[in-house]
Amino acid sequence: MAEDPSVPPARGITRRALFQGAGAAAAARALLGATPAGAEEGPAATPWRTQGPGAVDVALRVNGAERTLRVEPRVTLLEALRLDLDLTGAKPVCDRSQCGACTVWLDGRTVHACSVLAVEAEGREVTTVEGLGQPGRLHPVQRAFVEEDALQCGFCTPGLVMSVAWAVAQHGPGLSEAQVRRACAGNLCRCGTYPHVLKAALKAAGQGG
Amino acid sequence: MMRLPTFAWRTPRDAGEVVRILAGEGPSAAVLAGGTDLLPNMKRRHQLPATLVSLSRVQGLREVALEGFVRLGAGVTLRALERRADLRQRLPALHHAVTQISTPVLRNMGTLGGNVCLDTRCNYYNQNYEWRRAIHFCLKCEGDTCWTAPSSSICWAVNSSDTVPVLIALDARVHLLGPAGERVLPILDLFGEDGIQYLTKRPDELLTGVEIPDQGTARSTYRKVRRRGAFDFPVAACAVRLRHEGDRVAEARIVLNAVGPRPVLCEEAGALLEGRALDDEAVEAAAQAASRRAKPLDNTDHLAMWRKQVLKVEVRRALEALRG
Repeated sequence: MAEDPSVPPARGITRRALFQGAGAAAAARALLGATPAGAEEGPAATPWRTQGPGAVDVALRVNGAERTLRVEPRVTLLEALRLDLDLTGAKPVCDRSQCGACTVWLDGRTVHACSVLAVEAEGREVTTVEGLGQPGRLHPVQRAFVEEDALQCGFCTPGLVMSVAWAVAQHGPGLSEAQVRRACAGNLCRCGTYPHVLKAALKAAGQGG
Repeated sequence: MMRLPTFAWRTPRDAGEVVRILAGEGPSAAVLAGGTDLLPNMKRRHQLPATLVSLSRVQGLREVALEGFVRLGAGVTLRALERRADLRQRLPALHHAVTQISTPVLRNMGTLGGNVCLDTRCNYYNQNYEWRRAIHFCLKCEGDTCWTAPSSSICWAVNSSDTVPVLIALDARVHLLGPAGERVLPILDLFGEDGIQYLTKRPDELLTGVEIPDQGTARSTYRKVRRRGAFDFPVAACAVRLRHEGDRVAEARIVLNAVGPRPVLCEEAGALLEGRALDDEAVEAAAQAASRRAKPLDNTDHLAMWRKQVLKVEVRRALEALRG
């Protein structure tokens, strides 16, 4: 996808000024006589923080470990996990919150990592599928996925595992079929592994996952 | 991956600071709450804000007060609302609408304010940049023609919020904080006729919360039509509030959504019911009158004609559910 599509020159503030990108943005600021945001405005100048558009330092807590990285504010949590931290379990598929392949936990709740800014995850607990379990010490949900053959091509699997593990963590051994279906409503599998995912979820819950 | 466009990121600590930043930046700033609507749209270059004003550090927007007047902060997550047993008991229609929004993952992320301010949607708009460039863009974003209605001077993108029709039926009011202070308006007045300027909220105003009056003996319900049982936006929706006095309807508020840029309050359909018993004939007349107000166009999933037909059925079912 193009980085920044060329945009027509601004014609002042119209109802479409918002959509006309940097040109209109600059024009709007000039017209309003406002201070432009960015590096030139130091933190001392205002009581609130301004960061970017250049790279900024971010301290993330991922799978229990402190990780510091330097990313632009526009970098998503998914990009930071995969490209900066080499945690490639969460998958970029639709990249627009429609498929669930990038599902991770933020403070113990499922989110789409493609629609969270890395800078917004600062101070929160990030858990990826790698943090859930590793070969040799699999999480009960991961083990149940293997035992119940709950994957085919595997692209949706890390996301589904995170959603199922969240449901198991919430509901415990009493996890119902309906609760699994609800928890996985945001995870699409085009291979159609859903029936096996359901079996794996109930098995993991029954084993006290 | 689709990269986001570049922007400066600001993290104010209270609503007043948000408003001061918005006033300074003008329309080139956008407010970031849950990010589930804005960030995917920015990836597809629907919006290119120079500054994102994050609400993640803002205190005081997550209030949920259920005594007397119900007051819900704009920053409260949809999941937090869904988990409130007292909200379910007090305002079951609103609670039900919240549970119908998208998926659990997106409800973990999204906020009430985000759902109220949800960008309008259209098959010609919710596409990636290259797709839209190939059709020379559309009126809502960078183009000159509404491809849904090419002779139209306004945009017909659809209000697809689940909470908004219920909040209108419940007679809710929204709190907007601006540089000159707060203004409170009936939530229907928050919405304009045009799918581009779909909110009457000014760019320097922040939606801080919603208040809902005591419902007394009135009862409400919400019905949503979509292709899949989860995940999808509504393609037709109705919310109804009824108050009975004895066996007669004293007041009826029937609201339609997902049939145009603005939610529709069907006053005439409501008036048809007032003073009458809610028998089959009255229900049919009101459903007929309400569906006449729906003018869906072919810019969402499902055919427009079908959406109009099914909306009449849904209004009828909503009224039947509120009998007795």
